[in-house]
Amino acid sequence: MLYGNDFNVIANVSKVIYKTKHINSQLSKEKQNNKTTMTNDDIIQVKDLTKQFGKFTAVNHITFNVKKGEIFGFLGANGAGKTTAMRMLCGLSYPTSGKGLVAGFDISKQQEMVKKNIGYMSQKFSLYEDLKVWENFSLFGGIYGMNRKEIKDRTDKMLKELNFENERNAMVSSLPLGWKQKLAFSLSIFHNPKIVFLDEPTGGVDPITRRQFWEMIYAAADRGITVFVTTHYMDESEYCDRVSIMVDGRIDALDTPQNLKNLYSAKDMYDVFLYLARTAKRS
Amino acid sequence: MKTFISFVRKEFLHILRDKTTLLIMFAMPIVMIILFSYAISTEVKNISVAVLDFSKDEQTNRIIEKFNQNKYFQIKQYLTTNKEIEVAFKEKKINLVMVFSENFAENMLHTHEASIQLLADGSEANSGAMYIGYAQGVLGSYLKEINSDAGATQSFQIQTNSTMLYNPQSKSEYNFVPGVIGMMLLLLNAMMSSIAIVREKERGTMELLLASPMPPIQIILSKTIPYLTLSSITLLLVLVFAHFVVGVPINGSVGLLLLLCLLYIFTALSMGLLISTVMQTQISAMLVSGMVLMLPTIMLSGMVFPIESMPNILQWLSCIVPARWFISALRKIMIQGVDITAVSTEFLILIGMVVLYLIIALKKFKIRLQ
Repeated sequence: MLYGNDFNVIANVSKVIYKTKHINSQLSKEKQNNKTTMTNDDIIQVKDLTKQFGKFTAVNHITFNVKKGEIFGFLGANGAGKTTAMRMLCGLSYPTSGKGLVAGFDISKQQEMVKKNIGYMSQKFSLYEDLKVWENFSLFGGIYGMNRKEIKDRTDKMLKELNFENERNAMVSSLPLGWKQKLAFSLSIFHNPKIVFLDEPTGGVDPITRRQFWEMIYAAADRGITVFVTTHYMDESEYCDRVSIMVDGRIDALDTPQNLKNLYSAKDMYDVFLYLARTAKRS
Repeated sequence: MKTFISFVRKEFLHILRDKTTLLIMFAMPIVMIILFSYAISTEVKNISVAVLDFSKDEQTNRIIEKFNQNKYFQIKQYLTTNKEIEVAFKEKKINLVMVFSENFAENMLHTHEASIQLLADGSEANSGAMYIGYAQGVLGSYLKEINSDAGATQSFQIQTNSTMLYNPQSKSEYNFVPGVIGMMLLLLNAMMSSIAIVREKERGTMELLLASPMPPIQIILSKTIPYLTLSSITLLLVLVFAHFVVGVPINGSVGLLLLLCLLYIFTALSMGLLISTVMQTQISAMLVSGMVLMLPTIMLSGMVFPIESMPNILQWLSCIVPARWFISALRKIMIQGVDITAVSTEFLILIGMVVLYLIIALKKFKIRLQ
């Protein structure tokens, strides 16, 4: 795609500028270093993406790339513009200006194609409470155009992985929250999307379930699914391959958690986040 | 298409698992019909009759005697002048006044101009119509009797001239059935479907659906299909019940009747769609449905209060209430048995409303997606 190639060039240039700017930041771990060099594998490419609501600029010229198979943490205080940016990437909202490619499709023009290739788990708990577990799977399989056999096989496999085989016929409303969240995640990758967008997936979940949840995220990433996740838990951000931090609609920092900590001479991501978030003028 | 079907199936599951919805959809209309018809069947017993007889001949005496023998009627009072009629209604709790014209028996035989005026208290429209209906029944059977006695040589005729006082236009005996159907279809389709759509917004599942490749218009359409189906079933149930159990006539073509109901269901669904695109929470959707849909439907549709006796400004206001046009057309088809040309105005207005609501709703829906 011609436009996509142009885009890569721009992205590479910006990356070079970015790197020289932070020349004193340490080299990251071997594994991540390999990934950062493979810029052709960028599955999300965003350039100057902007969203305005009247005079309010929710997202202000953000530019970043996400590599295939990466776990990308998208951080920011409440109101920093995370959800708005994410909604644009998911084809739920039109950008005011700027460009974005998700899975190779233009987010302003090819929303249907974008939606076919992504999974989405929203901030609010998003399963149908009055449907049984298998009915939820079957509904979403159907929405993504899977046939009956595919749906059945996938459901069996997923329930087995989750150890939920006995709950197949249970009404979702009868399950504990942690289980529901795990189910919701399984549902968001049920159709094998290229990217899955998780909007604060672990809100209100106990530490053990959060741990299990992140194991599921790693398993999905191992299968080649790119994970784009927002969270308010700073320990979780350490689990990400790379992290971006949004402040007042801009991306103020973007690197591996280790590099960010070195750059800001912080002992953990919590300090990095506090340092950046305090510069915010909106609140 | 496959995505569409799996979605429609889900909507059916939602409704079938929600006991309240089912209760409202199926039990409520039947209960309403039973309540209304029960109220009617008790009120027509013991009709108090006053007689104003300007003729006082053999025939009028026999007719009065007939009424006296009938278990439904009680002759309570004999009047002598027209002026006493109003007093009788207002103070003596008289339900029906029979006025015999002069030279009744003679006219009955010769000029065929013997006439009885039936004046009924129409403040309760349904009962008023029942009084007149019953009285006409008694007169009819009396005529049959004397005509068969007289053989083929003579034919007696009585002209009846009935007027409902205090509610002059109420001609139908079964006003309540079109009214109940009009309210029920609106409630089921506009209110329930808008609440169902808004519920998805409120619970956050709408986001999930919008993030799926399913086009938004299909999401909305598939939500309306179960309501269309279930309310059609309820409609048939109510019609069968009203016709065979309560005995409401269906004089017009059943096909035309169903076509009208279908059009009205579409009107209600497009209203529900419009409400759901504007409202964000179930409570606000319910309030708006209640205030903007239910109240005008009950007050301004002609279901309870006759439109002709409203102040002008309310008459104009009633023109924007879809139920007004629906109930009027339904009455004409069910009770008067007219064909489509007589209800074309109502059809055209309802079609216009559907188009208008849909255009606004789709515009709003697109804006929201931006």
